[in-house]
Amino acid sequence: MRVMAQMGMVMNLDKCIGCHTCSVTCKQTWTNRTGVEYVWFNNVETRPGLGFPRRYEDQEKWKGGWKLDRRGRLRLKAGGRAKKLLSIFANPNLPDMEDYYEPWTYDYDSLVSAPAGSDDFPVARPKSLVTGKDMSIQWSANWDDDLGGTTETGHEDPIVQKIGDKVKFEFEESFMFYLPRICEHCLNPACVASCPSGAMYKRAEDGIVLVDQDQCRGWRMCVSGCPYKKVYFNHTTGKAEKCTMCYPRLEVGQPTVCSETCVGRLRYLGLFLYDADRVAEAATVENEHDLMNAQKSILLDPHDPEVQRQALADGIAPDWLEAAKNSPVYELACKYNVALPLHPEYRTMPMVWYIPPLSPVVDALTETGHDGEDIGNLFGAIEAMRIPIEYLAELFTAGDVEPVNDVLRKLAAMRAHMRNVNLGQPVDESIAEAVDMTVAEIESMHRLLAIAKYEDRYVIPPAYEAAANSLLDELPGCSVSFDSEPGDRGVQGDAPIPVTIESFHLTKQRLEAESYEDLDYKQ
Amino acid sequence: MSGLDIFLFGVFPYICLTSFVVGHIWRWKHDKFGWTARSSEWYERRTLRWASPMFHFGLLGVIVGHFVGLVIPQTWTEALGIHENVYHAFALIGGLAAGLVMLIGLVGLAVRRLKTPAIRLATTPNDKFMFAVLGVVIFLGLSVTVYWQLIEGGYNYRESVSIWFRSIFYFNPQISDIAAAPLLFQLHALSAMFLFLIWPYTRLVHVFSAPVFYLWRPYIVYRTRDAETEPGAALTPRGWEKSELPGQKTSKR
Repeated sequence: MRVMAQMGMVMNLDKCIGCHTCSVTCKQTWTNRTGVEYVWFNNVETRPGLGFPRRYEDQEKWKGGWKLDRRGRLRLKAGGRAKKLLSIFANPNLPDMEDYYEPWTYDYDSLVSAPAGSDDFPVARPKSLVTGKDMSIQWSANWDDDLGGTTETGHEDPIVQKIGDKVKFEFEESFMFYLPRICEHCLNPACVASCPSGAMYKRAEDGIVLVDQDQCRGWRMCVSGCPYKKVYFNHTTGKAEKCTMCYPRLEVGQPTVCSETCVGRLRYLGLFLYDADRVAEAATVENEHDLMNAQKSILLDPHDPEVQRQALADGIAPDWLEAAKNSPVYELACKYNVALPLHPEYRTMPMVWYIPPLSPVVDALTETGHDGEDIGNLFGAIEAMRIPIEYLAELFTAGDVEPVNDVLRKLAAMRAHMRNVNLGQPVDESIAEAVDMTVAEIESMHRLLAIAKYEDRYVIPPAYEAAANSLLDELPGCSVSFDSEPGDRGVQGDAPIPVTIESFHLTKQRLEAESYEDLDYKQ
Repeated sequence: MSGLDIFLFGVFPYICLTSFVVGHIWRWKHDKFGWTARSSEWYERRTLRWASPMFHFGLLGVIVGHFVGLVIPQTWTEALGIHENVYHAFALIGGLAAGLVMLIGLVGLAVRRLKTPAIRLATTPNDKFMFAVLGVVIFLGLSVTVYWQLIEGGYNYRESVSIWFRSIFYFNPQISDIAAAPLLFQLHALSAMFLFLIWPYTRLVHVFSAPVFYLWRPYIVYRTRDAETEPGAALTPRGWEKSELPGQKTSKR
C-alpha cells in the first residue's frame, strides 16, 4: 500500500439550475485570452444533448481513454507509443474547430458609431475571432442548452444512441438535467499517458493534472487522448491548456472559482486518500460494471488507523490527514455512497464525481398530480422511469442501473424523511431503513447536501497555507506586489502585508461566520 | 578561387553554423514557451491528414539521403564493393521517390495554408520568411537532382560537394572543391546554409523536440509541487494575451 492524496470534487446535480455561472467565472479567470476563446475549462451541458465538443463521448470515433486488449492488458485506445510517434505529423483523432465551434464576438462598435439620423437600424454583426471576418454562427459550446433544438440533434447524443431510440424529445415527454464538467484529474490519466513530450504530469501532493507550458511541444496527443475532451489546444501559442483545479487558489485555502461562484452551492471539494499501487489493477477490471467499485476499493478510509500510519509513513502531512478525515467528497462517495464517477468505462479513474439528479423523477411525478415527496410514490416512480435512469446509468456507472437506483432511493428517502421532520410529523424510521440507513445518517447527509455550509462543502488542506504568503502574489487578477527586486517574492521583515492576505482572511471569516455578531470587523 | 568563393564557402558556413548552435542554446534558455511547431490542425485537418505525413516522411527520407551522400565518403562505399554507378542509381531512385513524396505533401500544405483564411492569418511574418527560404532550398535541391542527375546523366557530387561539406567540420574548408561544382549545387548548398542560419529563430526548432524518449518513459508522470522552476525557463514568461478581433490587435506579442 502506497498512500497518495488526491484533491477531488463532487457535484450534486439535483441542485444545478444550469445558470452557467461556473463556466463564465472560470472563463473570465482563465481563458479570456487569444487562442483559447473557444476553450471552456468548465462547461455545463444539458443532457440529453451532444456535449462539448460535439459527441465527445463517442469513443469509437475519438479513441479517448483506455481499453483492455485481447489479453486483458490496459492499453491506450488510440494506440501505444510507437503508433503515437508514427502519427505525430497529423493526429488522426483530433477534434477541430468544427467539432468545437468557431469563436466569435460582435461588432459592438457599429452600435455606437452608426451615423445619427440614418434610416438603417445599426446591427452588431458576429465577427469570427479566428479570421476577423463576418461569420454565420452555426454551433457553440451550448447550442442545445435547455434542450434547444434537440428535436433535430437529440438523437445524435451518443448515450441516447446507446440506450436505443427510447428517449423522447417531445416537449411533454422529455426529461432534462444539467451536467457541469471540469477536468476529472484522473488517477490514471490518459492525457498524461498520451503526451509524447512528458509535459503533462500529476502533482504528487494533490493529484492535480497540469501541463508544463515550457515543456509542451504542441503534439496534441493529450487533446485526443482525454476521453472527456478536457485538454484544449491553444491555437495561438500552439500548446495544450487545461483546467488547473484553480491550484493557485487551493494553495491559499480558497475553493476553485467554479465552486466559489456556484449559485446552487452544489460543489464539494476535499481530499481522497488512495492506494497508488493498486490504480492500474483497479483500472484493469474486466467487467465495466465493476469499475466503479474497483475505484472505490482503492480509495482509503482516512479513519482506519492502518491507513493513517501508512499515510504518515508515505509523507502525507498530519494536517492533510486531518483534512482527509473531514473530506466531504470521501463522505459522499464512500460513506453515504451517493456520488458516482463520470464514465468509469473510460478506465481513467476520474476524480470528479456526481450525485445523480432525482429531480427528473420528482418533476415527472408532480406533473402527473402525485405527491412528489411521498416515499411510496417516489420509490414507485424510480422503478417506473426506466429511460432517465438508464440514461444516468450510461453516464455514471457504465450502464449498470442498480447503483443509480440505490442513490436515487437514498435521495428520495432523504426528501420524504425531511418533509416529515419539517412538517413536525412523527419520524417514520422505516423510510431510513428502506435504504439501509439510520435516521441520524439521513439527517447528517441532509445537512451536507441541503444545508451545505461553506466549511462543510470545502475542506481544503491547510498545509497549503504555510506557503500562502508567497503564493498569494501569484493569484490571478488581484495581486498587489511589493517586490522591490525581481525574484524577491514574499513578505519579509517589516514589509507591509499584501492586501490579498488580509482580504482573504476577512472573506473566509465572513463566509464561515454563523451570525453578524461573530465578525471582528463590523463596519 | 576568388575572394567571393572564400567568403561564401569558407566563412559564410561558419557564420551559419555558429548561429545554428548558439541560436538554439539561446532559444532554449530564453524561449521554451515558444518552442513548438504551432500546429494548425485545429483549423483544418482534412488536407493536413495526408499532406503533413507525406511532407515529413518524405523529408526524413531526403535527410537520410543527404546523410549518406554528404557524410559517408565515396571510398567507404567503394570499399564495400558498391560501384559509383550502382550508388548513383540508388541515390537517384531513392532521392526522387522521397523528393516526390515530400513535394506532393509540400504542395498540399502550401495550398491549404494559402486557401484557409484561419491558417493564413495564423502565419506570422517569421513563418512566411522561413517558408520562403525552405521553399528555395527544396526547389534548388530538386532542380539539382532533376537537371544534373536525370537530364545530364549524373554529376558525382561526392568528389566535390561532399568533400567540402565534410571539410567544414574539420575546420579546414576545401573551398576549391565546391567552387568547381556546378552553380546549382553551389546555390543549393548556400541556401541550405542560410536555412541553418535562421533555423533557431523559426518554428523549425520543433525538429529538435522529436519525442523519442516517449518510447521508454512510464505512462503516468508525477512531479512534486516544490520543484524549482526549470533552469532555462524564462524569468518573465512570454505571456498570454487578451482576446481581440484579429486584425485589430493592440497588444504586442
